[in-house]
Amino acid sequence: MFSHLLPEFLVERRSDRCIKCRVCERQCPNGVHHYDTELDLMFSDESPCVGCQRCVVFCPTNALSVYPHPTTYRPNASWTREKLQDLKKQAETGGVILTGSGNDKPYRIYWDHLVLNASQVTNPSIDPLREPMELRTYLGRKPDTLEVEVCGDKVSITSRLSPNVPVETPILFSAMSYGAISYQAFVSLAMAAKEFGTLFNTGEGGLPREMREKFGQNAIVQCASGRFGVDPEYLNSAAVVEIKIGQGAKPGIGGHLPGEKVAANIALTRMIPEGTDALSPAPQHDIYSIEDLSMLIYALKEATNYEKPVSVKIAAVHNVAAIASGIVRAGADIVAIDGLRGGTGAAPKAIRDNVGIPIELALAAVDRRLREEGIRHKCSIIAASGVRCSADVIKAIALGADAVYIGSAALVAMGCTLCQKCYTGKCAWGICTQDPYLTRRLNPEIASQRLVNLLRGWSHEIKEMLGGMGINAIESLRGNREHLRGVGLEGWELDVLGVKGAGE
Amino acid sequence: MAVSCARYGLREMFLGGVRSLDELRSRLSIDGQGAEIDARDLVHKEINDLIREAALSGARKITLLNVCGQRYIGTRLFLPHQDGKIEIHVYSTPGNDLGAFLAGHRIVVHGNAQDGVGNTMDDGEIVVHGRAGDIVAMAMRGGKIFIRDSVGYRAAIHMKEYTGKVPVLVIGGTAQDFFGEYMAGGIVILLGLNLKPGERHHAHYVGTGMHGGVIYLRGEVAPHQLGKEVGVLELDENDRQVLHQYVGEFARHFNLNAESILDDRFVKLKPVSKRPYGRIYAY
Repeated sequence: MFSHLLPEFLVERRSDRCIKCRVCERQCPNGVHHYDTELDLMFSDESPCVGCQRCVVFCPTNALSVYPHPTTYRPNASWTREKLQDLKKQAETGGVILTGSGNDKPYRIYWDHLVLNASQVTNPSIDPLREPMELRTYLGRKPDTLEVEVCGDKVSITSRLSPNVPVETPILFSAMSYGAISYQAFVSLAMAAKEFGTLFNTGEGGLPREMREKFGQNAIVQCASGRFGVDPEYLNSAAVVEIKIGQGAKPGIGGHLPGEKVAANIALTRMIPEGTDALSPAPQHDIYSIEDLSMLIYALKEATNYEKPVSVKIAAVHNVAAIASGIVRAGADIVAIDGLRGGTGAAPKAIRDNVGIPIELALAAVDRRLREEGIRHKCSIIAASGVRCSADVIKAIALGADAVYIGSAALVAMGCTLCQKCYTGKCAWGICTQDPYLTRRLNPEIASQRLVNLLRGWSHEIKEMLGGMGINAIESLRGNREHLRGVGLEGWELDVLGVKGAGE
Repeated sequence: MAVSCARYGLREMFLGGVRSLDELRSRLSIDGQGAEIDARDLVHKEINDLIREAALSGARKITLLNVCGQRYIGTRLFLPHQDGKIEIHVYSTPGNDLGAFLAGHRIVVHGNAQDGVGNTMDDGEIVVHGRAGDIVAMAMRGGKIFIRDSVGYRAAIHMKEYTGKVPVLVIGGTAQDFFGEYMAGGIVILLGLNLKPGERHHAHYVGTGMHGGVIYLRGEVAPHQLGKEVGVLELDENDRQVLHQYVGEFARHFNLNAESILDDRFVKLKPVSKRPYGRIYAY
């Protein structure tokens, strides 16, 4: 069928700069650039261009520019270019429109409507360069009371303590499975987490055996509806076990790793035959209620000898506070909440862009509800989706999170440009692909250094902001909404966030 | 005062009042490689504490008496530094998730089992001298399960195999709906021994979304009971060998005559595609 689609990007090549080195041709997995040997000229076909900017970055003479294609339909606020293009695509294929990464629609980003406090006169600010500043966070259930026994010089805790896992900064890498991302990207995350003393999350693609001993203690391993790669050794090699109920990018639906991506090593890690679709059912079929969730939580605690915190990850949806309360009562030690802007390797666009609620509102509602019920200390809260900078992290903590997950931000640090074509398996940056020609572009030594740099930079900024508020430990900020004020928010939004308007 | 009710209403679902191993040690008697545990009034953590203690003390055959609904029996036996597998005999009714994540051990139930038998089981063997509830062998990836009578809904859901590791589930009776749903591997044999003459198997949506593995059926099913992702095939020589082996094992466990079971007609259900949902997306 003749396609009516317009190209998405325009590729412009300055002939006065192009030296025909063919780097762009080699770097583009979509076949945009082409060298004609007879004419000794470089040509570009922009129709397959996804705007990932790989060729632009690697062009040695800066001869290339790639920008959104100016060709457009008659401007229409309702029938936008994107809506028309999607409609035509479906008319041509009859398929469900897939997309990658997070929701890009202009829903209100509450981080950008919250401002932080700083000390002036009445409370001295602290300089983190010269004074101690604590970012270490313990993830897991805390006791109701702490009983100690003093015996001469020795003090020992007599309360029964639940397992807790320390992280050096309240920033964890969110679930990205080997299979969704390349082995190199997966190892990079693990290496960075280990070097910085934080955690990465295996997603539901398993943890390759050769990584278990070295990286297990920095791993959150997932047990999801497909149960891929879950065996007793996998569970016991980890720091935390996470039950995945939902994902912010696609609440309520399962996952689907297409068979062509299930190569030998991925098949081995997921423990399925090569080339079969890896289908993750929408529900976990042993969980149809909070009581059933409790059953799986305790099954995992039994399987790991009660040595590891069990996390439950849900997508932020309506009534999230009541759901989170149920999860804590079911025995979870950590509740991870993934909001409307959470990323994905592949999701139906209709779902990514329309299902779920913003993490800021969900997080504030959950934190408040658990406090009201007197069970906030029974779990740690990890907030995820659309955390773009250290200020987002610190605002999340002030709204009640113990830590945040970063996914997209970590990928961007490694090279990702959020072109949203993860589902094609042709990532030019070697991240979201299994093609060996592409994956070897990502050197784990270098990529993990980029990630460590990011964590270091953000952690430092968080310390500066904490110091400015006159706080010297991150836990003093947790849920401390007095340090937040809203700007440009309506009354109901301030109510849900539990935050006063600026000036109050 | 809903808030204060909630505050004081929260109890530890399963761990409240759990007794320490020292308080329970009298429930456990170890005699060389054998051990016996009186499970009366114990909660699941206490039973598994005792089983683990017995296993670490060298017991290789553990008998549980007076079991009544306690969950996760055998789950906490991932013991990589311990030689030899353990055999657990359960009298008489274990609770949900019997042998969940089972790490290669053997469990024999002298009675009925409840939901989740062999949930995400890795390896080993479970033999149930009775019936079992829903989601038997869910996401099972290795080992064998033999159920003498019938099972509930969604048995064999999402079983999977890889490399040489092929899980096997043999059910003597019949099954309920969504039998073999999402199956991605493994061998499932449904014998229908308790069906009356002319009575069909009860399950609908058999093998919906199935994309790997094989189901052998003895007894009748109508085409409308099958998922659209499976095809019905006649047996070949290899199938007969598989049946001979596993039905033989089944019959030995329950003192039945394998030959007379195998004399009846079997059909084979196989997925028609490894990728049942490969064509629903627009790229």
